[in-house]
Amino acid sequence: MPKVTNILIVGVGGQGTILASRILSGVVQKIGLDVKVSEIHGMAQRGGSVVTQVRYGREVASPIIPLGQADIILAFEKLEALRWLPYLKEDGGIIVNDQRIDPMPVVTGAAAYPEGAISYIQSKFAKAIVIDALDMAIQAGNSKATNVVLLGLLAKHLDIAKEVWLEVLKETVPAKHLETNIKAFEAGYSSIG
Amino acid sequence: MKLLTGNEAIARGAWEAGVVVCSAYPGTPSTEITENAAKYEEIYAEWSPNEKVALEVGIGASIAGGRALVAMKHVGVNVAADPLFTVAYTGVNGGLVLVSADDPGMHSSQNEQDNRHFGRAAKIPVIEPSDSQECKDFIKLAFEISEQFDTPVLFRITTRVAHSQSLVKLEERQNIELKEYVKNPAKYVMMPGNARRRHVAVEARLEKLEEFAETTSLNKIEWKDTKIGVIVNGITYQYVKEVLPEASILKLGMTFPLPKKLITEFAAKVDKLYVIEELDPFIEDTVRAWNIDVHGKDIFPQIGELLPEVIAEKFQARPSVPVSNLAPKETQPSDAPEAPIRPPVLCPGCPHRGLFYVLQKLKVTVAGDIGCYTLGSLPPLNAMDTTICMGASIGNAIGMEKVRGKEFARKLVAVIGDSTFIHSGITGLINTVYNKATTTTIILDNRTTGMTGHQDNPATGMTIKGEPIKEVDLALLARAVGVERVVEVDPFDVKKLERVIKEELAAEEPSVIITKRKCALIDFESDKTPCFVHEETCIGCKICLRIGCPCIVKVGEKVKIDPTQCNGCNLCAVVCPTGAIMKEGVADA
Repeated sequence: MPKVTNILIVGVGGQGTILASRILSGVVQKIGLDVKVSEIHGMAQRGGSVVTQVRYGREVASPIIPLGQADIILAFEKLEALRWLPYLKEDGGIIVNDQRIDPMPVVTGAAAYPEGAISYIQSKFAKAIVIDALDMAIQAGNSKATNVVLLGLLAKHLDIAKEVWLEVLKETVPAKHLETNIKAFEAGYSSIG
Repeated sequence: MKLLTGNEAIARGAWEAGVVVCSAYPGTPSTEITENAAKYEEIYAEWSPNEKVALEVGIGASIAGGRALVAMKHVGVNVAADPLFTVAYTGVNGGLVLVSADDPGMHSSQNEQDNRHFGRAAKIPVIEPSDSQECKDFIKLAFEISEQFDTPVLFRITTRVAHSQSLVKLEERQNIELKEYVKNPAKYVMMPGNARRRHVAVEARLEKLEEFAETTSLNKIEWKDTKIGVIVNGITYQYVKEVLPEASILKLGMTFPLPKKLITEFAAKVDKLYVIEELDPFIEDTVRAWNIDVHGKDIFPQIGELLPEVIAEKFQARPSVPVSNLAPKETQPSDAPEAPIRPPVLCPGCPHRGLFYVLQKLKVTVAGDIGCYTLGSLPPLNAMDTTICMGASIGNAIGMEKVRGKEFARKLVAVIGDSTFIHSGITGLINTVYNKATTTTIILDNRTTGMTGHQDNPATGMTIKGEPIKEVDLALLARAVGVERVVEVDPFDVKKLERVIKEELAAEEPSVIITKRKCALIDFESDKTPCFVHEETCIGCKICLRIGCPCIVKVGEKVKIDPTQCNGCNLCAVVCPTGAIMKEGVADA
């Protein structure tokens, strides 16, 4: 089988992971590659753990990324980064948004939020990058653009021209939010990660 | 080429096939088929009150000469089974295809039944696509098969096929004329004399379909190494292609009836034969009955999805088979911090929260139903005792009362959503009155079909095409079936709600409480100013955490509200005993 790039986008329902995957898949389509995307709707939307799998290459069969095969994990939340870690390749890259959203068992006191999640991830994966994308999105003008900040950082680490990303961003985002989203994308793209 | 989900591709394929009617009841993972079909102006689309009506509408359309697509989730086919087993006898005029969206792994379902059994039981062909392109191509073929063999076709997809996106080549809509409508009672009036003759036709049709299965392009062999041969259906085709790149594959796009000759020949040419299918050994059992040596459920689980890593793991244990270099299945190393689960929750501002808070407080037994409000069963609300199927709550409550008596009914309610009530709760309510039960039924009217993503229904006053229409008056409907005590109340007015529930429980006669408030996600009129916690007034009692709102988090001994998520429903402020929670801008912090 030809080489397939596997990107796992994880977060909490309502964080905008689906738009992020739509832009990413639009970008790889634009450069003429085969792409498959898998996401689960339904119950997971209601504040649950959500995951979108994006796979692209010359030819892609399964829409599912097997355990230990993700090239990059783009995590919108720290606990979710930790949860999906077994899907990352040994030398894989992971981008973690330094945001904490307590799941209900933590709220009710039945479980504790894993305090050391980020340092653990950094100790296991040399290519881990941690950013405060929520803050950067607020700086760019809208907290809801957190997903696009993260996408900007992801773009920097993929071998696809920046212009293609911006082009797809323009096609996907409504005109009135475009300026904020371009700012957010640039912020992610030019961040230290 | 366009990137489409399986569901979008099915809608597109139906349009290209000249379909004129699409009827459905929403249900994950099938909902988007009909939502997308409704976008084509050539297709009359509707949300039916339930799956049985949806199929009956499809049957009528077919008999009248048009091509009809009917879509539902797997458990919906149970509801539609009555017309299904008889339309299998009548056959069709215009092509008729029923999409069953199964949910292996139960991402969003109450069971993981394998609906291929329906095809065999009703003696109609079952077609299974493995990606979006096949969803589109196969649905078009399904309409041709339906008309060629005078049969409804069961088009079975699974969550991964329905919700995965892959590239699809689009084509134009075929110009399909309506078939002539000729009155033909011998074919369409299924009374015993006619039905006996039709059963003969069904058996003859099945024989023809068995022959067709041998040669149809839906089934194909991909020869590679003949050390192992794998029979696959649906999504497992994609997984096996990746996990076992060297294996010969017999891909079955039509899984009922099965091609005996094709399978026998395939089996004879490979050293070892496997069937890799999710859920039940549907193909395997038949192959085994033909005395063919085959491995299947002796190796692969019958529960949940057969994900690539599951298939890889099983074959890695059998070294004679070349497996692609997938990483071995590994769980989180033991030194990793524990990751607590993140179950779905009622949204911030969800009107159901007010009701479940009161039900929990009153410690009543709650016969539950299917919808967003099923989440009221989770901690910290814990306010649900049963959930079986669509519409079951009311019947369940009646049965409980009949066993445990009228005293028990003074602490027993049935809860059911507006859409679910219309789907199949109304018959339960009629039974409450008819058979002298005294339970209280609470209809959670949030003005939409929430869990599946906000579809309209007969009680919302809007069709799928966005046309305003007279809405069902739920209170009037309850009165019409003989319930004399009917009360409407705002679920966020918890004081009144608690009083009303107590009164209605005390009454020794059937009563209906309608908790009426728009779903927070479609409510654009209410004041959404977020709430905040006044730190000095907060005594850290954590009573507000009992409402299970995801915006309220513990910070040290006290609590904080996330203003970006809060919808300003004010429920936390109402339950706070010290008045420490208030709306931003209302008082000085």
